[in-house]
Amino acid sequence: MALRGAIVVDTEKCKGCSVCIANCPTNTIALAREVNSKGYNFAYMATPDSCTGCTNCATVCPDTCITVYRVKV
Amino acid sequence: MDVKDIIKPENRVYAKTPVLTSTTMHYCPGCSHGTVHKLIAEVIEEMGIQDKTIGVSPVGCAVFAYNYLDIDWQQAAHGRAPAVATATKRLHPEKYVFTYQGDGDLASIGTAEIMHACNRGENIVVIFINNAIYGMTGGQMAPTTLIGMKTATSPYGRTVELHGNPLRITELLAQLDGTCYVTRQSVNTAVAARKTKKAIRKAFENSALKKGTSFVEVVSTCNSGWKLSPVKANEWMVENMFVKYPIGDIKDR
Repeated sequence: MALRGAIVVDTEKCKGCSVCIANCPTNTIALAREVNSKGYNFAYMATPDSCTGCTNCATVCPDTCITVYRVKV
Repeated sequence: MDVKDIIKPENRVYAKTPVLTSTTMHYCPGCSHGTVHKLIAEVIEEMGIQDKTIGVSPVGCAVFAYNYLDIDWQQAAHGRAPAVATATKRLHPEKYVFTYQGDGDLASIGTAEIMHACNRGENIVVIFINNAIYGMTGGQMAPTTLIGMKTATSPYGRTVELHGNPLRITELLAQLDGTCYVTRQSVNTAVAARKTKKAIRKAFENSALKKGTSFVEVVSTCNSGWKLSPVKANEWMVENMFVKYPIGDIKDR
């Protein structure tokens, strides 16, 4: 049974600290080229297919700007 | 499966706890404070004690903690949070009272207060954020600064001859009869953060059981003060801080 996941990043609250990227076991997350209104490159799912919804990124996010979804397929 | 089909309310496995307010934190990107605030908020939500918890915020970056956790707060003079928490807990014994202090607050100016509160065995929880630097005022040397570490007030690195030794206050407090649970954790990885959350939960439960003072040190980063990126700061912490401040339970009775 495989797990598929997805994250939603509150791009306005994200400060682009990259701690989520360092903690993502499947290298799903990257920083966007665009910036938010504060000038931070926010995190986003660069490869959505590889996300397993493990919640590691959301657990270590200092600004709690990640919501995680997970389904069994 | 399309991402749109995954992002549905029934599939949500992690979301911001309502105990955290929606205010954007003033902390620097990657600051450990935000993660620890979140863990405390999640513990408060899981235990259902939002209306029974009183926090005492310190002087330091976390002085604004009352903007971020939707509970009752009191703000104490520099280092005096354990004294304020003592009074609060004695006047409201049914409440959960915790202090949230940094190393400049707890291990320097507030040493007397934390020593005596822990020695009296007040039924409070102490969350101690140790990032080995005074973050708020511009990265000056703290009692917990490592030997050789460069700060604004030790630009050539801390030396034993000039500045003395780094203070391992958590080990000192574990010697006191009043403390029931003394532990040192960190929040650099998801595993570490989950362990820290367990430790905070245990500390709050001890407070209700009147077992004495519970002390949770969180070895943290101050990437602005350390002049490193958030990810590099976490790596530096693992390589250097964990040597002097090893992770794990020091006392549990």
